[in-house]
Amino acid sequence: MRASQAGRVIPAPENHFPVSQLRLQRRNFIRGGMAASALVAGAGASAQGGGSTLIPPWTRSLGSPVVATGYGMPSKYEANVQRRQSPGLTPQPQASISFTPLQNLFGIITPSGVHFERHHSGMPTVDPEQHRLMIHGLVKRPLMLTMDDVMRFPSVSRIHFIECGANGGMEWGNVAVPTVQYTHGMLACSEFTGVLLSTLLGEAGVDRNKGKFVLAEGADGSALTRTIPLEFALNDVMVVYGQNGEMLRPENGYPLRLLVPGVQGVSSVKWLRRLEVGDKAWNTREESLHYIDLLPDGTHRQYSGVQEVKSVITMPSGGQKLVGRGYYEITGLAWSGRGKVKRVDVSVDGGRNWQSARLQEPVLAKALTRFRLDWSWDGAPALLQSRAVDETGHVQPTINQLRAVRGVRSIYHNNAMQTWRVQRDGEVWNVQLA
Amino acid sequence: MFNWRSALALVLMASAFPTYALQAPRYGLGRTPTPQEVAAWDIDVRPDGHGLKKGKGTVAQGQKIYDVQCASCHGTFGESNRYMPVAGGVRKEDLKTGRAAALRDAAGIRTLGTKLNYATTLWDYIYRAMPWTNPQSLTIDETYAVTAYVLHLNEIVPATFELDERALLAIQMPNRNGLTTAHGLGSVKGKPDAQGTLCMKDCVNEVKIASEMPEFARNQNGNLAGQKRPLGPMRGIDTARYDAGKPGAVTAAAASSAAPDPKDLLTRNACVACHGLTTKIVGPGFSEIASKYHGRADAETYLTKKVREGGQGVWGAIPMPPQAAISENDAGVIARWLVSGAK
Repeated sequence: MRASQAGRVIPAPENHFPVSQLRLQRRNFIRGGMAASALVAGAGASAQGGGSTLIPPWTRSLGSPVVATGYGMPSKYEANVQRRQSPGLTPQPQASISFTPLQNLFGIITPSGVHFERHHSGMPTVDPEQHRLMIHGLVKRPLMLTMDDVMRFPSVSRIHFIECGANGGMEWGNVAVPTVQYTHGMLACSEFTGVLLSTLLGEAGVDRNKGKFVLAEGADGSALTRTIPLEFALNDVMVVYGQNGEMLRPENGYPLRLLVPGVQGVSSVKWLRRLEVGDKAWNTREESLHYIDLLPDGTHRQYSGVQEVKSVITMPSGGQKLVGRGYYEITGLAWSGRGKVKRVDVSVDGGRNWQSARLQEPVLAKALTRFRLDWSWDGAPALLQSRAVDETGHVQPTINQLRAVRGVRSIYHNNAMQTWRVQRDGEVWNVQLA
Repeated sequence: MFNWRSALALVLMASAFPTYALQAPRYGLGRTPTPQEVAAWDIDVRPDGHGLKKGKGTVAQGQKIYDVQCASCHGTFGESNRYMPVAGGVRKEDLKTGRAAALRDAAGIRTLGTKLNYATTLWDYIYRAMPWTNPQSLTIDETYAVTAYVLHLNEIVPATFELDERALLAIQMPNRNGLTTAHGLGSVKGKPDAQGTLCMKDCVNEVKIASEMPEFARNQNGNLAGQKRPLGPMRGIDTARYDAGKPGAVTAAAASSAAPDPKDLLTRNACVACHGLTTKIVGPGFSEIASKYHGRADAETYLTKKVREGGQGVWGAIPMPPQAAISENDAGVIARWLVSGAK
């Protein structure tokens, strides 16, 4: 068995063996059929017990007690599933980005432990007892809320994606990174629990005549600030403390963050400590020096928040190797900051022909949607693409359709279709088409 | 007294706005913040002067602060491109047009001077978040001084300039007309500018690859074999082969060795933002520390404590902030490395 085939799917009953053991048996089989036949023939008989190699050690021993770990961790065999940084992207790990390993995930919920991270001045350790949320500005009743107060308000739980505006930013000019973790991994989707911002602004008595914007500010060293238009703030914005059934993780804003569904992640301010209602937008650093999109004529688009319709195939995807010909399920994720995903089409020939994929229920507004398509790989080179359409009718563009309008220097809001090339040897690589 | 006009107004308002805006607090949670609390937290400054703080500082005063507290990251002339350069690229005519011409060049550099539209934002950000390792440590006057110096580095104000709150509002930035909100990405109902094509059959004549991962870059993100779960229909590609023979290629075994690498800890905890290996940046160079404590019996314990608690006075007036995020264990690794010569 060649090393490059180490990942082959082996038909039963051989798949009961670790690959290393299997190699040995194969070798025996080739060297002298007798021994191997004996082993296979003996399988039924010795399966009765008596130390048979066909019965794994975990069946023949007592396992660990309950509460072996008070807070459970993934299996030790899942060690490859990690957030990672991309080299050269940022000069300091405290002002950096880690990417969600989308190539390893199922369904639509991102496990909290691998949710991508973006900090501007490192991750603070906020004591929830001392943490406060101040609401002031153009309100009748300025409020100072403890976490106890915030958690006493009527709550909602909703599933939404968070995508950094710079997701895919490395790929505007050309292919730059090898896997979907780095091309699309500033993306995650969680069930969030918290209070609707409209509830809190109602309690504070927001001035609906003069108030047009809300400034959100974090309690970290960057005291990050973003302007949220009241149009969003009173619609579906949440002040969140819960994520996937537990409190927010420290790296995702513990104990309190803003969630602006469908809008680039920077607006969902982490470690939220202050909300100020005002009559004008603030033009903060993160909306005048960064998170602005440079166009070919030298103009920057400002306050470009909405994450438009987008999709990507996660399996098979860049950096992976198919383990043989035959049946594969092509699967991936689709989302839109403007609402629900209506449809996803998949091409295996570089966009010549398309088939509509199955959408996994539930299909939720401003949440990830999982899509699937059956595919039989005949061993020939293939070019895999997906194309999403949202409920507003917006069709995901190609990278060249985007470049025609926005050039290659805008960094943010790259929602282009992704192409993966499947080579004859089964290797899958990131490519862009002319 | 029943008043038809107010009754009608109430009905209209109730239909136009959610009623909560008019009601007394519904849940009665929280309290009113004190004026001191508001003053301490409400530090935002807007281009229209909202939140502007009274104060002043000169370019010369700003340079003194900048050279000590800012230059280590941003460069003596604001030229460092480790981060977005805080100076450079501004042309004389930009100050008149309000459009930075450098942004039209495909290869033009993007800097604070060529991008930023309002000087108030520069003031706001320095005051709230700089210096990076010691935010909200500058006074209002110091912030005016540093802002003035950065504006001077961009040739927006002369060397003799004194910046105060009125002057700050009046600054005309080189790219003040360079930002636009005329696009569909600011609102849920916005119109997309790039629309895909809904075609299902024979959609393109010729498919050509325009860009792909060059072989030398295929292992740049680490070996992909270790980034995919080794189960299911796909495996990660073993990309180590692309780096075999490259100088400095790290083997998987070496990369996962158990003991933390002190230099890795220095990077991870941003020590290197203030300390050079051999030379002073803000704080002393590591080899300077090593030679100072060479031979001292309690050096390891002492330095472990200093790493975590910080201090002031041993190496000068600039304090080192406490580094509570570094574990005792990691601080010990750094201290041992310092004691053994910091090489």
